[in-house]
Amino acid sequence: MKKEEVPQDSDNLHEGTFKQIMYAVDNTGGYVQVQSSGWEPENIALGQAWEEVNQRIEAAKQRVLAGEISPVAYYMEKNIMDLALLANYVGKFQWQVKRHMKPTVFRRLSQKMLQRYADAFKISISDLQHIK
Amino acid sequence: MNNTSFHHAQTAHCESGVISNLLGHQGLKISEPMAFGIGAGLFFGHLPFVKVNGVPGTTYRIWPGAIFQRVCSRLGVKMTAQKFSSPEKGMLALDETIAAGIPVGLQSSVYYLPYFPASYRFHFNAHNLVVYGKKDRNYLVSDPVMDTVTEIDPESLIQARFAKGFPAPKGKMYYPVSVPTQVSFEKPIIEGIKQTCHYMLKVPIPMFGVNGIRFLAKRVKNYPEKLDDRRAALYLGNIIRMQEEIGTGGAGFRFVYAAFLQEAAPILKKPELEKLAGELTQIGDLWRNFAFSAGRVCKSRSADNTSYSDLSEMLFRTAAAEEAFFRKLSKAI
Repeated sequence: MKKEEVPQDSDNLHEGTFKQIMYAVDNTGGYVQVQSSGWEPENIALGQAWEEVNQRIEAAKQRVLAGEISPVAYYMEKNIMDLALLANYVGKFQWQVKRHMKPTVFRRLSQKMLQRYADAFKISISDLQHIK
Repeated sequence: MNNTSFHHAQTAHCESGVISNLLGHQGLKISEPMAFGIGAGLFFGHLPFVKVNGVPGTTYRIWPGAIFQRVCSRLGVKMTAQKFSSPEKGMLALDETIAAGIPVGLQSSVYYLPYFPASYRFHFNAHNLVVYGKKDRNYLVSDPVMDTVTEIDPESLIQARFAKGFPAPKGKMYYPVSVPTQVSFEKPIIEGIKQTCHYMLKVPIPMFGVNGIRFLAKRVKNYPEKLDDRRAALYLGNIIRMQEEIGTGGAGFRFVYAAFLQEAAPILKKPELEKLAGELTQIGDLWRNFAFSAGRVCKSRSADNTSYSDLSEMLFRTAAAEEAFFRKLSKAI
């Protein structure tokens, strides 16, 4: 890649300011560092990864509102966590977290357990119980 | 509190960048490409069984921490590294060390670093940054992938240092305790190149090295049959991201490595390395072409067989070019 070819395809994913270092050759053939504000293929790939995340969040939200799953499942998606990571954060086994995703089980959780989930998601207990 | 002056240089990759900045602070000047090359950072691996958010993993570099460890042992740098059982202990140790005027490297999770754009904040736990002082409550940060120094509040730093998941940073903190004043790069360069050639050509596991590229090529060809359109695009998108997202310097570290060979040529007095650097630049361009075409396919969202077999073909050609390249490189050394 030549210095002049270093892409500058900025988009809102970079929030307009973030620039990363690329290595490219100048006209003498020597390598130099060049700042890049982004590249289209990477923007597409990152964009579609977020689209997927947002779809999962929205689907989880609808299921919580329909009473099929508890808010634990919704906030897990919202924090881009998976079952293993969330179980790790709250210090429980995966099957226990999975159980807490049942609305009936979730309603009976102790304050202490609710607080652990709230901490893992960095929200208050009342936000945990009532999703927006 | 006493603040050390710390020379921050922006680099492509966090690990080789932190090495370059921390050793530079102690008087051992080493560029990012040199650190990356001596640490034998270049690699390729496709791991369909290691899934991140349901998508198979691809890597263009060696596992986290390896570059650091190899650079230190090859250059005779002694490092101290600590992990902590609690955030209180970890933050106390950090405060004491920076109060003594020593900048420290920290392993952290990108998810909790507020100075990154939100779109880059996934749960990636092997990010490296340097903390070199304190201003009121906040810590002064030199994050090698950022263009200037920045600050972080203690709460975010605790979350980033003690994030859960894999690999768990457990507050990992490290800094050089003894750095040789005189170093010769010759032997470390040769060892680094030999190791990279070995990893690219000789590891008898089909997912690794140039064979790993072929392995990926075969799988990409089958994406339209095995996956629905959306998943196929996500799988492909992840390859692009691993190759081009922050930290690789372009073309999955191939350009950084070419810069290293260029820097190594006069040190070893081997002009053929300069020529090989040029060849690797061209291979890097093949990778960039692949990413460009893959991006197009992701955008069109149609998993038709032709486009995926074209991409597969491109990967086979890249694999052949890399194999020829590394064979020449191992002979040149």
